[in-house]
Amino acid sequence: MTKLETQELDRDSRAPYREVGRSVPRLEGAAKVTGSAEYIHNLRVPGMLHGKICRSSVAHGRIVGIDSSAALAIEGVHAVITIDEVLTLVANPYYGPAFHDQPILAHGKVRHVGEPVAVVLAADPHVAEEASNLVEIAYEPIEAVFDEVAAARPGAPVIHDVLKPAGMFTDLKYLQGRSGTNVALDARVRRGDVVRGFAESDRIFEHTFRSGKVMHAAFEPIVSVAEMNGHDELTIHSATQSPSFVRSEISRLLGWPENRVRVRTAFLGGGFGAKLYIKLEALVAVCALIVRKPVRIALTMDEQFYTITKHGATVRIKTGVKNDGRMIARQVETFWNGGAYADIGPRVTQKSGFTAAGPYDIEHVALDNFAVYTNEPPAGALRGFGISQVSWAYERQADIIARTLGIDPLDFRRRNILREGRPHVTGTRISNLEIPGVLDLLSDRMEWDRPFDRGTGTIRRGRGLALGLKACISPTTSVAIVHVYGDGSCAVHCGTVDMGQGSDTVMAQVAGEVLGIRAESVQVLHPDTSSTPYDMGTLGSRSTFHMGHAVRMAALSVRAQLLEIAGRAFGVDPTDLACCDAAVVCGDGRRLTLRELMLERFAMQAGNVVGVGSYAPSYEKANPETGQSPDITPFWMLGGAGAEIAVDMETGRINVTKLVNVADVGRAINPSIVERQLIGAAIMQAGFTLFEEMILIDGQVLNASLADYKIPGFLDLPEDLSAAYVEIPHENGPFGAKGVGETGVFSPAPAIANALYDAIGVVVTDLPLTPERVLRAIRKAEGRPMEDD
Amino acid sequence: MSGEQGRTIPFMLNDRPVVARVAVYETVVEVLQREFGLFGARESCGQGLCGCCTVVVNGTAVSGCLYLAVLVDGAEVVTIEGLATGGSLHPIQQAFVEKNGFQCGFCTPGFILMTKELLAHCPHPTTDEIRHYLSGNLCRCASYLDIVEAVKMAAEAGGSTDRG
Repeated sequence: MTKLETQELDRDSRAPYREVGRSVPRLEGAAKVTGSAEYIHNLRVPGMLHGKICRSSVAHGRIVGIDSSAALAIEGVHAVITIDEVLTLVANPYYGPAFHDQPILAHGKVRHVGEPVAVVLAADPHVAEEASNLVEIAYEPIEAVFDEVAAARPGAPVIHDVLKPAGMFTDLKYLQGRSGTNVALDARVRRGDVVRGFAESDRIFEHTFRSGKVMHAAFEPIVSVAEMNGHDELTIHSATQSPSFVRSEISRLLGWPENRVRVRTAFLGGGFGAKLYIKLEALVAVCALIVRKPVRIALTMDEQFYTITKHGATVRIKTGVKNDGRMIARQVETFWNGGAYADIGPRVTQKSGFTAAGPYDIEHVALDNFAVYTNEPPAGALRGFGISQVSWAYERQADIIARTLGIDPLDFRRRNILREGRPHVTGTRISNLEIPGVLDLLSDRMEWDRPFDRGTGTIRRGRGLALGLKACISPTTSVAIVHVYGDGSCAVHCGTVDMGQGSDTVMAQVAGEVLGIRAESVQVLHPDTSSTPYDMGTLGSRSTFHMGHAVRMAALSVRAQLLEIAGRAFGVDPTDLACCDAAVVCGDGRRLTLRELMLERFAMQAGNVVGVGSYAPSYEKANPETGQSPDITPFWMLGGAGAEIAVDMETGRINVTKLVNVADVGRAINPSIVERQLIGAAIMQAGFTLFEEMILIDGQVLNASLADYKIPGFLDLPEDLSAAYVEIPHENGPFGAKGVGETGVFSPAPAIANALYDAIGVVVTDLPLTPERVLRAIRKAEGRPMEDD
Repeated sequence: MSGEQGRTIPFMLNDRPVVARVAVYETVVEVLQREFGLFGARESCGQGLCGCCTVVVNGTAVSGCLYLAVLVDGAEVVTIEGLATGGSLHPIQQAFVEKNGFQCGFCTPGFILMTKELLAHCPHPTTDEIRHYLSGNLCRCASYLDIVEAVKMAAEAGGSTDRG
């Protein structure tokens, strides 16, 4: 929709708002505190079988035999499913959002440790588990490759014979048929002449930064249940962030029309990107169709480590600056460890890759981004979609440059940031983005002008700050329906999944604002593709903006109909009426409640007034050679963080004493929820910064459990933790709002590392900043490296 | 389950006498879900580390994903479903709602039951005491600051005393 149309819709919105901007407590509060909230985790279907997955023990190999006889001999085992059974139903059993590269079960070969090879089905989950250990799978190992840079080199063992782009994303089509490479996607951006830029630079800085693999650890482990309805329809109940996508992908695999596949979900016990696109759904669907019984597969926490992770990444960054601190040339190469299957990795590579120059105005830029297959578990989206891997590089290097040039890090950023109206390296202009405002707020919250005591002796102190820029993913579509029922009560049907981010509450606020009713009285139905309309997915901080628009437009349609009914009843023009306090009111004081309006319209408590809203922002595909596009995103997101730390010089342990997380949010529809997103993101990212790391050796995860993979708890919190935001309404957002789910993860890692650098001048290039890694760097800097360094 | 692996156990569940047929290897969480349709205690990490599975056995909070069902033979078991009386929330639950002490809600029953135990021992805990007592419960959405506020509010509201 164009800006003009949006403003048109807004023409009679009353300000100040009543529902928008109010910290409405989450609608589902009572259900969650009583343990009665619905999760797919809880679902049991009569006659259901439990599936337990038998997983590959090798990273790369040909399957030479599967012997299920011992498993089938166990009393209570209903079936053992392998790819042979799947192929009787699905001729081409490969799925995925970006590439059709992932087989429903291993097909001839395995490409990572933990890859599903077979499924044991039994009515008793303990029987299924016991029998799953008895399925004998024989492999002929193939040489494997794990490092993303090594895997991208010519001559590396090839993991997929040929690239198979899925076609959903048209800008990946050019990869069709490419073979003999592990590079699943190469995406470039070119602006100016980077060679000339470096030649004109006074100083050139070159670094390589790495981010380790981490994972989502959503507390409701991934779970799906499939059942037949009648003879030839299928229902999939799934803890998914993208029910619409699951429906299309299952329909495609089965060759069924979408109206025979129903996908529904409930509250999610966390998502963070782990439950996006398609995970267990194809597997439960084919199992249910093969045995003609309902099938449930629920992962354990341990299995999630082998299912989907955040990308490990290597980022090479070279920057040319003038002596006055202006950056004039930047070249970045990013290598993304996508694991054995692409999942959404190529899009992560592309969409975060094009922001790898940061929120800076640099004349000459060359960015090359590579999505790389390796023999590790698949990597996909994790809160931020790759932004934190690139901000780790450009914001760490920013402080190295600033210090070398003797410029204050805040001042260095002020000299280089993109100002309103300037073109981003992609050519899309920066608009509705408060980069200077976020820097000012950070400076204020960090009391940056105040003298800072860095300490001496064993405990040293430092402070740092960082920014991160994201372009909201595009193009995507959301559709919503708003109903008023016969008694005047209201419901929103939308496909946005509430996984803890509070979207139900926000959508109720949007509908409530338009219709003049309290958000608390609005019912928000959970996604069910048989009754809620299409949504691209709950991802990429897009829901408040896209679905917020769709719900708003649906509610505007309902409002127009209500005003029409009231106009006839009052004998006045509808434009003289307004929705307020659950009624339509006339200037002369006459009013009809929504219930009375419905009686007026249908003559009894009956009927529905229905409005539909659909939103897809404008978009222009980037030129594949240059990465240039005049319209690459509906809105820019900017996060900033400031950190103060104390570091123990004898142990290398970092104590974060202060962490401030700041964002440009457009307008906060629910200020309390916005703040909680920023705080939650800060803590999650602090875990990724300080200790979370999957340890992989030869593709085997050595710490695949919460006992060995620690996530932040109460005792890991920064002492002084706060969030703040800049609120300048986005001219094209619903009530001026932007998304905020991811913004808080862009900057904490480099802010903390920059504080370490400020404290002791030590450069640590790899995340996480474990005490061991920091101590090794300290010892190296002191000229007495550890013996094995 | 075969005969020698199964046992029939009576116990008190949320103040009501019940009987369940359980296998010796089954956990409390499995039996609560299968036999009683109670899903407020739920398995997440499966190692007793996250606290999502917390139930109270004879007045002590335990990890229901590890605690064998046969061990509750004759015991008093309280789950999150036993806290609200009639249609009204327990003061701790009310405080968690008002202070937004949750996001996805998956870990919330565990935090509430641990808070109940904390307030029974220590009716007016400091922030540090709250953080330490609840440090065995994890929240991946990281609502920790709000949880502390909720516990303080519950303490002020007399959350340590059971009603009715």
